[in-house]
Amino acid sequence: MRLAVVVLLIWIGAALCAPWLVEAPNRVELKTLLAGPMPGAPLGTDALGRPVHERLLIGARVSLLVGFGVVAFAAALGTLLGLAAGLLGGWVDRLVVRMIDLFLAFPGILLAIALAGLLGPGVDNLVIALGMVGWVGYARLARAQALTLAEREHVLAARALGCGTWRILWRHLLPLALAPLLVEATFGIAAAIVAEAGLSFLGLGIQPPDASWGSMLRDGVSYLLVAPHLVIAPGVALFAVTLAVNLLGDWLRDRLDVRARSQGVM
Amino acid sequence: MSAPLLEVEGLSTTIGAARVVDGVRLELARGETFALLGESGCGKSMTALSLMRLLPPAGRIEAGAVRLDGVDLLRLSEAEMRRVRGARLAMIFQEPQTSLNPVMRIGAQIAEAVRLHAGAAAAVDARVLELLRAVGIPDPERRAREYPHQLSGGMKQRVMIAMALAGDPELLIADEPTTALDVTIQAQVLGLLKTLQQQSGLAVLLITHDLGVVAETAERLAVMYAGEIVETATTAAFFAAPAHPYSRMLLESLPTADKRGARLAAIPGRVPPLDRAFTGCRFVERCPRALARCVEQLPPWHEAGAGHWVRCHLWDADLVDTATVAEPAVAEGEQVPVGEDAAPLLEVADLKVHFPIHRGVLRRVVGQVRAVDGVSLRLRPGRTLALVGESGCGKTTAGKALLQLIAPTAGSIRYQGHELAGLSHRRMRRFRKDLQIIFQDPHASMNPRMLVGDVIGEGLQALGLARTRPERLRRAAELLELVGMPGAAVERYPHEFSGGQRQRICIARALAVDPRVIVCDEPTSALDVSVQAQILNLLKDLQARLGLSYLFITHDLSVVAYLAHEVAVMYLGRVVEQGRVEEVLERPRHPYTRALLSAVPVADPRAERRTLRLEGDMPSPSAPPPGCHFHPRCPEARPECALAYPEGRAVSATHRVHCILVEAEG
Ligand SMILES: Nc1ncnc2c1ncn2[C@@H]1O[C@H](COP(=O)(O)OP(=O)(O)O)[C@@H](O)[C@H]1O
Ligand code: SF4
Ligand code: SF4
Ligand SMILES: [Mg+2]
Repeated sequence: MRLAVVVLLIWIGAALCAPWLVEAPNRVELKTLLAGPMPGAPLGTDALGRPVHERLLIGARVSLLVGFGVVAFAAALGTLLGLAAGLLGGWVDRLVVRMIDLFLAFPGILLAIALAGLLGPGVDNLVIALGMVGWVGYARLARAQALTLAEREHVLAARALGCGTWRILWRHLLPLALAPLLVEATFGIAAAIVAEAGLSFLGLGIQPPDASWGSMLRDGVSYLLVAPHLVIAPGVALFAVTLAVNLLGDWLRDRLDVRARSQGVM
Repeated sequence: MSAPLLEVEGLSTTIGAARVVDGVRLELARGETFALLGESGCGKSMTALSLMRLLPPAGRIEAGAVRLDGVDLLRLSEAEMRRVRGARLAMIFQEPQTSLNPVMRIGAQIAEAVRLHAGAAAAVDARVLELLRAVGIPDPERRAREYPHQLSGGMKQRVMIAMALAGDPELLIADEPTTALDVTIQAQVLGLLKTLQQQSGLAVLLITHDLGVVAETAERLAVMYAGEIVETATTAAFFAAPAHPYSRMLLESLPTADKRGARLAAIPGRVPPLDRAFTGCRFVERCPRALARCVEQLPPWHEAGAGHWVRCHLWDADLVDTATVAEPAVAEGEQVPVGEDAAPLLEVADLKVHFPIHRGVLRRVVGQVRAVDGVSLRLRPGRTLALVGESGCGKTTAGKALLQLIAPTAGSIRYQGHELAGLSHRRMRRFRKDLQIIFQDPHASMNPRMLVGDVIGEGLQALGLARTRPERLRRAAELLELVGMPGAAVERYPHEFSGGQRQRICIARALAVDPRVIVCDEPTSALDVSVQAQILNLLKDLQARLGLSYLFITHDLSVVAYLAHEVAVMYLGRVVEQGRVEEVLERPRHPYTRALLSAVPVADPRAERRTLRLEGDMPSPSAPPPGCHFHPRCPEARPECALAYPEGRAVSATHRVHCILVEAEG
């Protein structure tokens, strides 16, 4: 648990401080193409001789921004719509269900490409495009949760006490629906980081020569046999962040369950 | 008495560190019905499972002997035991819902049980039909091809009994077999068990918490408390003079009509944890008559009469004056006759709630479930109106519609002259303060993530009655004291409390906004009788102190007799009879009310039995029978009954009945 926090804090710190830590992540150095670890480039260099460790640090900015940004955006939107649909029923529910069906009818990545194309290149537009695609999963989950929870008498009791819809959503549905949503979100972060690579490849995300973990992975794959370090470095970074987020999610879920927290009762 | 069929001696079972069954001794003769009586958690089910050797994984039988016809079941190998289960010793459980395989046809499930014990494949189908017929399932050929979800609860319990009978057992262990069923269905199932017993000489070990069921079915009984048997007697002797203080308090805590003016005896405290060794009487902390020696000395068995044994120091012959142990004083509560003729506070006219049934991909509406179909009620200030009926008749829906928690389809609900029907959640909010609700399941009706203080303070916050949290917590603590709980409970979570305490918290939450009307939806039916008594006492006190009006929804007629001023009896979405409680319960006019009343088991074996038994189940509210809804089951139905729904006829100024046999008066 503590390790997960440390890993995340290091990466976030690194991403924030990257501009001061790196010297020239984009400088092409044709003398040292695809070199292994060496002084000045402890993680080796890439196909244009750029130092991998510097690109990894500067790429963390984009990747973490996309990963957390997309999930925050998609989860907030999806959860809100899903819970509201499940709680309110009627036309709100029908509308949300229609939208979910509509979005599910297209392959997600194609939709994201179309949206990003419409919005134009740039990290901010990329987050919006991926978020607009990602909310569907959260909405479906949240709606299913709300449907079962709204049956529970504590929601009725809250209504009977005069609580408004917002208050019921926020205090009586969300805390109880959170656990599965958290699990979905922790997986969503890794998926978003990888999806960013795909969109960048099409020129819709980050533009070369700027680095992101996704683009590093994608570029590195071409040299997998000659220079595996190009894939290993961003891969390990991605894996570490994903694992840390997952652990954090588990921990958070347990923390939220008051029954597990105060021991003694079965 | 000839050699007993079942002899249990010194049976002790542990689950982890808890000794949930401790030194239990029982004897059952052939063909006898023996009841094991006690409140939840006292070890009845664990005793039964020990006899079957079907304990949960953490369970272990530590000591004792279970002799069936002289053979000790505890010494058998697992393979030998498997041949005993079903063939000689069968068991049925409380929840027929979860005891049947949902994806297997009824007939196939019974056939499986038959094949396990019989073999000869050719006769299996015939035997299945024979069993279904034996348990009184009409049209067995068709039913055998149905799945469990197509059957009602009572039918499922019959199927369970059929499966248990497949191997022709000598002893049937029935663990709360009717607790999940309605009274009229309970009467059917208990009657069935009795018939089977007379036909085949089956012995029944009946496990129940219901004193009425015991009085009506068992020949002998044992009372269990905290893992131990504390009293055993014949049913007649027990109900004539219960010897153990716990047994007496159980009987006194039953609500009945003749206790109306008084408070019920409630047993304070709760069952002690079973994970420690006892040095004295297990009941000592809750016993009003405890002696000094009760703390240090385990009470031995004393004989209180022929075949009547009790484990209590009071019966020690050295102690003078034991036989005339005085009844614990019952505090007299004054009944304030309020609001007899006052203008009604809440007036419901022709309330209807219909739920559409959707089918197919297009979710077209193919029908309506008429959950509530024209109900009219009046609730006066300071009075209790009971809404009674079997499950599924629409009581809860009516209660929720009254508070606009479900949108009514038609009808009017006037509160102090204001029309509530059709108000949006927002416009309804100004009335929320006055109209509150308490639910059946105190566990599900609280947000498990909120502290008790916040749960109680919720209404104060939502309605802006107390803006700051300290203020709300202070008020919550006061309310907790009012409902008989320590104010410090505000800092804890709901799951840390027992069922009865949780229900008190729910009552405190409803009281927080200072309401005038509380809809109580079966607030005690998930609780044990002694705890039920506490809650009923509390509700009665609060009514006297605060002048509250209750709409008390229940299926339990003895609670109605104890608590209510007026009664409305519901059947299939409509009120069939209503009036003052004495009128309806003592001079019922509608055949359904009569059947309901006669189905209630009375905790007195000498009581004369009215043998009005209803056949069949309540029809589905999506297709109510034409004419009088009750005519397919009505013992007095005539051909005219199927023609039109009977108009309400006034029997007296306050008593109305919907039945063509009743002559209007005046
Ligand atoms: N599966 C289980 N695991 C642990 N404890 C259990 C289990 N089932 C029952 N108990 C405990 O055993 C005791 C007796 O339970 P039970 O036999 O079910 O009582 P009753 O039938 O009177 O309700 C209770 O204290 C209960 O908490
Ligand atoms: S032994 Fe003592 S404490 Fe136990 S029931 Fe008898 S009088 Fe009460
Ligand atoms: S109207 Fe007929 S069927 Fe209905 S309760 Fe009266 S006698 Fe029975
Ligand atoms: Mg039990």
